[in-house]
Amino acid sequence: MTLLLASFDPPYWLSTLIKVLVISAVVPTTALILGMVFLFKVMSWMQSRLGPQEAGPRGTLQLLADGVKFLQKEDIAPNGADLFIFKIAPLVVLMSTLLLYVALPASAHLVISDLDVGVFYVMAVSSLSVLGVLMAGWASANKYSLMGGLRAAGQLIAYELPMVLAVLGVVIQAGTLSLNGIVFAQADGSIFGWDAIGNPYILTQFVGFAIFLAAVQAELTQPPFDMPVAESEIVSGYQVEYTGFRFLIFFLAEFATAFVFAGVASILFLGGWAVPWLDTSSDWYYVLGPIVLFAKVMLVSFLIFWIRFTYPRFREDQLQSFAWKFLIPLALVNIVVTAVLKVVL
Amino acid sequence: MPKVPGLVKGLGVTFGEMVKTLKDGPQTTLYPHEREVPTPRARGVISLHEENCTACMLCARECPDWCIFIEAHKYLAPPRREGGKPRQKNALDRFDIDFSLCMYCGICVEVCPFEALFWSPEHEYSEVHIADLLHDKSRLGQWMQTVPEFEAYEAGSEAKVKKVPRN
Repeated sequence: MTLLLASFDPPYWLSTLIKVLVISAVVPTTALILGMVFLFKVMSWMQSRLGPQEAGPRGTLQLLADGVKFLQKEDIAPNGADLFIFKIAPLVVLMSTLLLYVALPASAHLVISDLDVGVFYVMAVSSLSVLGVLMAGWASANKYSLMGGLRAAGQLIAYELPMVLAVLGVVIQAGTLSLNGIVFAQADGSIFGWDAIGNPYILTQFVGFAIFLAAVQAELTQPPFDMPVAESEIVSGYQVEYTGFRFLIFFLAEFATAFVFAGVASILFLGGWAVPWLDTSSDWYYVLGPIVLFAKVMLVSFLIFWIRFTYPRFREDQLQSFAWKFLIPLALVNIVVTAVLKVVL
Repeated sequence: MPKVPGLVKGLGVTFGEMVKTLKDGPQTTLYPHEREVPTPRARGVISLHEENCTACMLCARECPDWCIFIEAHKYLAPPRREGGKPRQKNALDRFDIDFSLCMYCGICVEVCPFEALFWSPEHEYSEVHIADLLHDKSRLGQWMQTVPEFEAYEAGSEAKVKKVPRN
């Protein structure tokens, strides 16, 4: 089985077709899994209730039913809206999410495109969603939308910086920008000569991991960083005029992005698809890699959603000063210390 | 940085609640499958003991959202003593409560001077059509069976305990 997968080398058109199909199947599935497991179940448990129970066994198909419900709704656009921009804005947000999946390796060869500058690509593409959000906020011809769009732009730009700076520490330590290269570096690395479990960077770059998680939380506009979509003050911000499947696309993009960011975090900090006691060149990773990566992604997602369900919302000025006055200086110090240690050791 | 212990404690609270829910079950009940027994004085539905009603209209007039409809006519009842004057009495023709309007404030129950209205904990009377929530006096009378006996507010209290009239 594993040998069969290893020797599978399809022609260019077939591999492209397979990749497109895999991406378009994986993105909604991951969004469904995260929504179902965390938004419906874990959140309910944390609030001492059981969550949906009726649709499917123990309510597991509830989100699917909700999705179908959204598809049945009328596609409404406000009178004053800039129609073309209004209609493509959710697709721009979704495009950013789809592009993120391209660089995510599920094992050494199970990757849509193994880029040499994978980290750089991920950071660049993830900031594309700001454009979609701004387009949605501006084109809706609604004051709440505009306010939400501008808040989102301010927040996403502010938190893009600490995220990049936190990742830089990992890049310095691994000495490569390739996501697969970072996985190899962690599997083969050692912590001050001790190499029993390689060197998962969460141990040596814990500050970077914490900053990265906080920045991811803000990029996803999830509580406690949900000023742009604050229901109680600007009624979901830039999403306020969207109905039906366009709203569904925003929802899908949010949760698929949460999944892919958890994936990036587990590749950068938790050793990605590799396990310490199996050599990275093993053929077993064709099957084991995706499973290991999925388990790690669920772990990181749990952290992200745990924080989401626990803390109340930041005020706008607290949110900005947290990024500029605390996270960015901390990330810079982290980079300096990492660089010095890298040269000295 | 001084906020960190509080933040960690907050994470502990939500995690502990999750463990407790998974181990001991949730605080909620799965309603149509499991039923909670409502407390005896729960305000479920207003029931009518028709024999006590004199159609005095106090409840209808005090009702804040005018959900009680009363119609009555007068008739002459035979005198109590031989040779006396026939008594004038009210006969209740219609006593409806529109539970789509009722806000369960209980003022009608408080204000009734003849103990004709009672709270019952019965609460499963939802309808598909809103017009079907208008219930007449026979339906309100059936709910008298579900009115629980009153108990003393305090054990050993001297105050007289109200008695629920049964047919």
